[in-house]
Amino acid sequence: MDVLHFLSIGFSVALTPINLGLVLAGCFFGTLIGSLPGIGPINGVAILLPLAYSIGLPPESALIMLAGVYYGAEYGGRISSILLNVPGDAGAIMTTLDGYPMAKRGEGGRALALSAVSSFFGSMGALLLMVIFAPLLSRLAIEFGPSEYVWLMIFAFTCLATMVGKRPIKTIVGVVIGLLLATIGIDSGTGILRFTMGIPNLFDGVDFLVVVIGMFAISEVLILLESWARNDLKMTPVGKSFVSLSDMLAVKWVVLRSTLSGFLIGVLPGTGASIASAVAYGTEKRFAEGNNEHFGEGDIRGLAAPEAANNASAAGSMLPMLTLGIPGSGTTAILLGALLMFNITPGPLLFEQQPQIAWGLIASMFIGNIALLIMNLPLIGLFVRLLSIKQSYLVPIIVMLTFVGIYSIHGDSFDLFFMIGLGIFAFILRKLGFSLAPVILGLVLGEVLEENLRRALSISGGNWSILLNGTMTYILAIATVAALVAPKLIKKFKK
Amino acid sequence: MKAKIASLLLVGGLTAALNASAFEPNKPTCIAPAKPGGGFDLTCRILSTGFANAGLTDIPMAVTFMPGGVGAVAYNYINSTTPDDPNKLVAFSSGSLLNIAQGKFGQGLDENDARWVGTAGVDYGAIMVRADAPWNNLKELVDDIKKDPSKFVLGAGGGVGSQDWMKAAIVVKSAGVDPKKMRYVAYEGGGEASAALLGGHIKVYPGDVGEMKGLLEAGKIKVLGIMSPERLKGEFSKYPTAIEQGFDAEWTILRGYYLGPKVSDEAYNYWADQFKKAYNNPAFQKAVADQNLVPFTMSGPALESYIKERVGFMRGLAKEAGLIQ
Repeated sequence: MDVLHFLSIGFSVALTPINLGLVLAGCFFGTLIGSLPGIGPINGVAILLPLAYSIGLPPESALIMLAGVYYGAEYGGRISSILLNVPGDAGAIMTTLDGYPMAKRGEGGRALALSAVSSFFGSMGALLLMVIFAPLLSRLAIEFGPSEYVWLMIFAFTCLATMVGKRPIKTIVGVVIGLLLATIGIDSGTGILRFTMGIPNLFDGVDFLVVVIGMFAISEVLILLESWARNDLKMTPVGKSFVSLSDMLAVKWVVLRSTLSGFLIGVLPGTGASIASAVAYGTEKRFAEGNNEHFGEGDIRGLAAPEAANNASAAGSMLPMLTLGIPGSGTTAILLGALLMFNITPGPLLFEQQPQIAWGLIASMFIGNIALLIMNLPLIGLFVRLLSIKQSYLVPIIVMLTFVGIYSIHGDSFDLFFMIGLGIFAFILRKLGFSLAPVILGLVLGEVLEENLRRALSISGGNWSILLNGTMTYILAIATVAALVAPKLIKKFKK
Repeated sequence: MKAKIASLLLVGGLTAALNASAFEPNKPTCIAPAKPGGGFDLTCRILSTGFANAGLTDIPMAVTFMPGGVGAVAYNYINSTTPDDPNKLVAFSSGSLLNIAQGKFGQGLDENDARWVGTAGVDYGAIMVRADAPWNNLKELVDDIKKDPSKFVLGAGGGVGSQDWMKAAIVVKSAGVDPKKMRYVAYEGGGEASAALLGGHIKVYPGDVGEMKGLLEAGKIKVLGIMSPERLKGEFSKYPTAIEQGFDAEWTILRGYYLGPKVSDEAYNYWADQFKKAYNNPAFQKAVADQNLVPFTMSGPALESYIKERVGFMRGLAKEAGLIQ
């Protein structure tokens, strides 16, 4: 009953004309930002934050708009992933795996529509979970310690082990390259600089976005150029098909599972949309095995899973920020900074003392997601026309956008050279038949895994038994073993 | 013809001379050497909104971001690209100074490669434990640490050698325990570290006073000692300092701004003067208080010598802790 009362306070805030206008503006701007490669939700929120502050918006309005940018970007990220094989932001990497093959065979419209609907259900599902379980989940977020993170990462690696399973050796090599990249930078355990070669730009490690954009966008451009030079460039046919009920029904369990896992991973501080979508993709591939599975070749399940998960994680990451003052992702860290600028201290008391802020935000997210779905579906027709742009125009546009996007992160030309270098490296990898996703996942999962393993061991003083300590660790360990052996067992039973 | 050119040159020279004596900033910016939302961002916001509200600049100064190595990337950028640009103020913190002291700011760069010009304010370290922890003052905690230092887990938001680690090391040292024996867990930022404290993964968190307001108000944590030289004013006045409790544990987190090493004296003095004006202006003071900082008013050459002394002190600490030779 309490929840309903607070929600009604929230909607009374969110439905005022100014806040309604701001959530729509935020969502639209977010979709735009998300769809540009290199510029993700972090940049979008960072660009608008000073603006919101200087025009003197009340804190709840500013937060409503900035949050709109955040989840709007999670919608927008999928567009260039599907159409150009260039992830629009970090959470949309897995979307390229099945989205791009669909676009290539002329189903771009279908992929865009289905991913928009999956995103919508992912967000809405996560919001409902947030409203119902908020107090319980903020407990989970803090009880999740280093050992639990270690198991979660091992579980994620296990799920992904079969990714691109036809060439297991190449997948493993790809992951190892990613793991090696993850070791660059200051080692927090000892304070020693590792593999930085004295370059200050590498002291904090390689920037995740630079790697993603370098490897995906630059190598894609090189591949386009190569086929252009060979004159065997085929125009991608533009599909007409739109969202169909049968598609939606076919992925309903996929979306449900991915929403749940994406939300939970989003709630945990230190993990974000990229990990959430990777775990969802890997899990669904495991579930689909032996069941007419074409993951990596344009399977709609492989498209729906990461999109539902990355949107759910965006909603989930708001929860620890609001209830504990602990950011659940990079973007919420900026939102937290925004709250502090407005002299609002997020924390356990925020929901009681300033319900108009916390609940106004939650209510606005319901409205924003409906708006995003309505906004996105009619625009699909416009988006897919991107594919009919002549390559000689498209390539320079992609290059320009990526350069602007990457430069805007640090404002330093070092990143541009680094990005080009990585792009050439990725081009060679692709020519040799490697897939890029394992490299990126090795990088993002490896960093979290190493950090938490070292944390766990420094807590226990080097005693490995800390890894099996507490119910959550057992559950995650069992899930890992199950992910390893279950598909084989199922195959045996079927025989 | 010749005369015309000469007079032109003369006029040109005169205006140049006038410009030199009365430096006027041209689209000044504040560089926050980190991602948006963190402490450096807030430091720049104080300058940007504080100066604008105090009428020291016409419009709020633009804030740009240049993350990397607690300021190392920006330090190298200023030194290599625009060492004489008088319109670029860069935010720094004690964390940056500590890294300079350890030689982690790039090859051959030290505290002499910048002109330290003004401050935003200071924050202090605070030794915090969970609200239901068995210790009620620093002495009880330290006695427990002494019993078995290897079983005692401290954690904070920075790696070994960072200022969070330094705070932990100072506390442990004041208990007469070798900091190298300390069991320290490094987290990514204060948010993750306070989550670990609440979750019971670490027992003690030496964080900053300013960031803990929300959790303190909610009664989730308690402060055993504040690492300030004397008691704070206002809402934090009820917490005793570590020094009061007989422990030599002090850590001041200074936040301020520097200019490039080759910026002219005119420009440097201009900015130092602006800071002096700001320190006495209520609008700037409010901007400082809004970010939970305590006023600390030092500018120009006085600040320069203070910074150099601090870096020297930190170098000594780092040597003692075995971080540098």
